[in-house]
Amino acid sequence: MQMDLRTVAIAPRRQTFGHVARRLGADKSASRYQEGTWDMQSTGNFHYKPLWDPDFDHFDPARTELHMKDWYAFRDPRQFYYGAYVIARSKQQDVAESAFDFVETRGLAETLPKDIRALVLDLLLPLRHVAWGASMNNATIAAYGFGAGITQPCTFAAMDQLGIAQFITRAGLLLADPAALDTAKAAWLNDACWQPLRRVIEDLFVTQDWFELFVAQNVVLDGLLYPLIYRTIIDDGLTMRGGSAVAMLTQFQTEWAAETAKWADAQVKVAVAESADNAKLVTGWLAKWRDRIIPALMPVAQLALGSHADAALAEVADQWASRLVKQGVKL
Amino acid sequence: MTRAESSVFLALQANADTRELVEAILADNPHATLDEQPAMVRIIAPGTLTVHAATVAELLGRDYDLQEMQVNLISLSGRVDETDETFTISWAR
Amino acid sequence: MDIQVAKKKLGLKERYALMTRGLGWETTYQNMDDVFPMDSFEGIRIHDWEAWEDPFRLTMDSYWKYQAEKERKLYAIVDAFAQNNGHLTVSDARYINTVKLFINALAPLEYQSHRGFGHLGRQLRGVGPRVACLMQSLDELRHAQTQIHAISNYNRYYNGMAEFRHHFDYMPYLQVPRSFFEDATAAGPFEFITAIGFSFEYVLTNLVFVPFISGAAYNGDMGAMTFGFSAQSDEARHMTLGLEVIKFMLEQDPANVPIVQKWLNKWTWRGVRVLTLVAMMQDYMLPKRVMSWAEAWEIYFEENCGALFRDLERYGIVMPPCVEQVRKERDHLSHMAWSQFYQGRGTNDFHTWLPSAEEMDWLSAKYPETFDRYYRPRFEYWAKLEAEGKPFEATGMPMQCQLCQIPMFFTEPGEPLVLAQRHRHHDGEQYHFCSEYCAEIFDDEPEKYIQSKIPVHQIFQGKQFPEGTDPTAEGFNPGAAVGAFLRLDPASTGNFVGSEDEANFNMWRGLTRSND
Repeated sequence: MQMDLRTVAIAPRRQTFGHVARRLGADKSASRYQEGTWDMQSTGNFHYKPLWDPDFDHFDPARTELHMKDWYAFRDPRQFYYGAYVIARSKQQDVAESAFDFVETRGLAETLPKDIRALVLDLLLPLRHVAWGASMNNATIAAYGFGAGITQPCTFAAMDQLGIAQFITRAGLLLADPAALDTAKAAWLNDACWQPLRRVIEDLFVTQDWFELFVAQNVVLDGLLYPLIYRTIIDDGLTMRGGSAVAMLTQFQTEWAAETAKWADAQVKVAVAESADNAKLVTGWLAKWRDRIIPALMPVAQLALGSHADAALAEVADQWASRLVKQGVKL
Repeated sequence: MTRAESSVFLALQANADTRELVEAILADNPHATLDEQPAMVRIIAPGTLTVHAATVAELLGRDYDLQEMQVNLISLSGRVDETDETFTISWAR
Repeated sequence: MDIQVAKKKLGLKERYALMTRGLGWETTYQNMDDVFPMDSFEGIRIHDWEAWEDPFRLTMDSYWKYQAEKERKLYAIVDAFAQNNGHLTVSDARYINTVKLFINALAPLEYQSHRGFGHLGRQLRGVGPRVACLMQSLDELRHAQTQIHAISNYNRYYNGMAEFRHHFDYMPYLQVPRSFFEDATAAGPFEFITAIGFSFEYVLTNLVFVPFISGAAYNGDMGAMTFGFSAQSDEARHMTLGLEVIKFMLEQDPANVPIVQKWLNKWTWRGVRVLTLVAMMQDYMLPKRVMSWAEAWEIYFEENCGALFRDLERYGIVMPPCVEQVRKERDHLSHMAWSQFYQGRGTNDFHTWLPSAEEMDWLSAKYPETFDRYYRPRFEYWAKLEAEGKPFEATGMPMQCQLCQIPMFFTEPGEPLVLAQRHRHHDGEQYHFCSEYCAEIFDDEPEKYIQSKIPVHQIFQGKQFPEGTDPTAEGFNPGAAVGAFLRLDPASTGNFVGSEDEANFNMWRGLTRSND
C-alpha cells in the first residue's frame, strides 16, 4: 500500500528575495547559502565615515589593490552559512573529542617514545601561537574585506584557527602540563628556530591590503605549513616511529587543512581569472610571501627532520606550486 | 522607602530537556521563585542564584556539563561566574 | 617507564585562560601600537588587560557542539513551518506586517553587528575580550541568517520583504535603524561596545525581544518564536560581555567614568528613539497584543535596569538624564509614530491601517492619560474620512531630525500639543532636531552628523531617481521615479484593507478550511 501524504498546495508569489533572484538571473528557488550570503553587506549610502579610518567608507573596496566587478564572484565551495558551518564542525569536534578521550583513557601519552614526546612538545606546542596569529589575520580580513562572499568564510577561518590553537593546547596538557605551554611560549619568543616565522606573522599583523593578507596567510603560509607539519612530519613521519597517538590528537588539523585549501584555492582562481592586473598582483604577492615563508619554515622543519628537512620542504613547496598552477597562476 | 535587594533571574525554554534543570535549581535555591510563561520559565531570586552541576546530574542520572545550559538559556540578569561545578548569577559581587 | 604522576586538575577559569589569553604575545618585530592602532584614540585608558574577567568560558569545541544542537532544532522547525504553510496559522494577516518590519529594520542590523564585533575582535588589545568579540561576531551572523531563513517562507507569499536589502540601504524610514547602527560602527571600539554591547544588548534588549518574540508566540508565528528563543541564548552571552566591558572600563581608570557616562547618555537616547518602531509595533500592529509599550517599559526598563544602575552607582555612573524625557514620552510615542506611518502609507513597504473600535478601547485602557484626549480623535476622524471614500494621506514629505532621522512629529515633553523642534547652525548651514537630546549629541560631534544622508534631502536633491533619469523631461513624475529607484512594490504599500496580502491570506486560509 502506498502512502501519499499531502499538504494543501498554495502557489507562492515568488521564490526568493529580489537581490538573490537578480543574481540567479531569474526568480528561482535559492539555497540557504545564497539567501544568507549574497548582498548581505551594504555597499553605498553610508551615513558616517568611520572615525577609526576616515579615508574610507566603513565597507570600501578601495582597501585592497585587487579589483573585482562583482565581489560575490568569491564563493565558498563548501557553501558554509552559519548553520552548515557549525554542524560540520560539531561532527569534527565529536571525532576529535573521541580521539582525545581514547588517548587519555588508554594512557597512550605515557607510552609514547620519549624522543617523540619531546619532539611533539618542541614542535607542536609553539604552533598554537602560529594558529592564533592566523586567527588574528583572518579576523582582519573578516573585518575590512569587501563583500560577505569572502568575509564570511574568513570569519569561519578565524574561529577555526582559534579552535586549532585550543586543540593544540589540549594536546599539550594531555602530553605534559601547563609548564610545557610556558616553555613553548618562551621558545616561540626567543628560540632562533622560531624567529623567522614569528617575524613573518608579526609583519602580517600590520599588512594593510586585506587581499594580500588573504593570499599570504591562507594560501601561502597555511598552504605550506599544514602539509609540512601535519602530513609529512606527523602523519607520515611520527606514525612510523610509534607516534600514532599524536596523529590522533591532530586529526582535526589534517582534515581541516584539506577542506580549507579547496576554499582558499577557489578564491585565488576567481581573483586571477578576473583580469590581467589582478593576476599580476596576486602572483606578485604569492611570490613575495613564498620567498619569505619557505626560509622561515626551514628551521621548523629541521627541528623534526634534521638533514631531511631540505628535501621534505622542497617536496611540500613543489606540491603547493602545482596546486596553484591548477588555479591559473603562473609563478 | 527601603531599597529592595536587587533580583537576579534566569530564563529558560520550558521543554523536556529543562525539567530536571529547573527542579535542581529550585531545590538548591529555596529563596527563588518560579514564573511560568508560554514556552518559557523564569527563575527569580533576590541577590544570588547558583546552579550546581552535581544536583542536575543526580536528577538526570548522568553526567551533566553546565555548559549544556547554553542550548536552552533564554536570558539572564546579573553578573555571571562560571566554574566546572557551578554557574552563579549575582549582583552581590 | 615513568611512574604516572596524578595531574592536578585545572579549574575552568585556569583552563580557559590557557585556551585564550595564553595564546597571545607581546610583538617585538612590530610595535604593539602598530598591531593595535585603534584602541587608544578615544581617551579610554586601559592599564592592565589581564584584569579582564572572561564572562563566559566557552572554548570553540563546545561552541560548535552546542550551537550545532541549537541550529538543528531551529531548522527542523523552520522546515516544518514552511512545509505545512505555517504562515496560515497566524492570528490575522495584519500580523505579517510585523514580520516585514523585522526583516527590513532588524535583520540587517544583525549583519552590521557581525561586522562591528568582527572589527573589535581584531582591534582590542586584550586577547580575552577579542575572543569574546569574535564569538559575538559569529553569533550575530547566525542571527542575521536564521532570521532571513525563517522569514524566507513569508517572503514567498506576502509582499514588502523581497527587497529588504535594498530598502535597508535606501528607504527613508529604514535610515532610522541604519544610521543608529552606523553611528556605532563608525565610532571607536570602546564607544561601539558601550553602544551595542551594553546599551543595546543589555539595557534595551528586552524591550525589543519581548514585543517581537512574545508577539510572535501570541499570534501563532511558530517560526519567529522559535528563532527568537534560539537567538536569546546567544544574547545571554552577549549581555554578560556587555556588562563585563562596562565594568572593566570603569574599574581601569577613573578618567574613563565621564566618557562612559557620556556614551551611556547618548546611546540610551539613540536606542530609545529607534525603539519608537517597536513601541508602535506592539501597540498597533499585533492583532493579539502582549502588553503595551508603557507596560513593557515599566517591567523591562524601570524594574530591570533599576538593579543594573544601582550596581553601577559604585563607579559614579548615574541613570542617563534623558530617561526623564523618555518617561514623559512613554504614553505618546506609539500613537504619534503610528499616525505618521498611517499618513505616509503610500511610501512604506509594510501596510498600515486604522485601529478598530475594540483596539481603541484597549489603547484607552492602557493609556488612560493620553489616548482618548490626544489620539483617539484623530483616528476617529481618519476613519470617518475612510468611510466617506476620502482616506487621508500625506502629500508632502516630513522634515527629519538630523540625528535620529525620525520625522519630526515629537511634541514637547509635558506639552503634547506643541511640536518639538530644535535648531543648530554649523558652518553656515542650519540643522533641525526633534529634541534637545538629539541636538546635544550633534553638538558633541557636529562633523560626524552633518554627513548624515537625510532621506528626504536625498530625494529632493534628485539622488533617488533611477540611473539615467531626466527630471527635466516632459511629464516627469518624481514620486514614481523615487518608487522605481527604491524598488518599492506598489502592492506592498498602503492600507492593509484591500491589499493583496489580505486577499491572498483569506483565500489561502479558506482553502485549508473548506472542502470545495
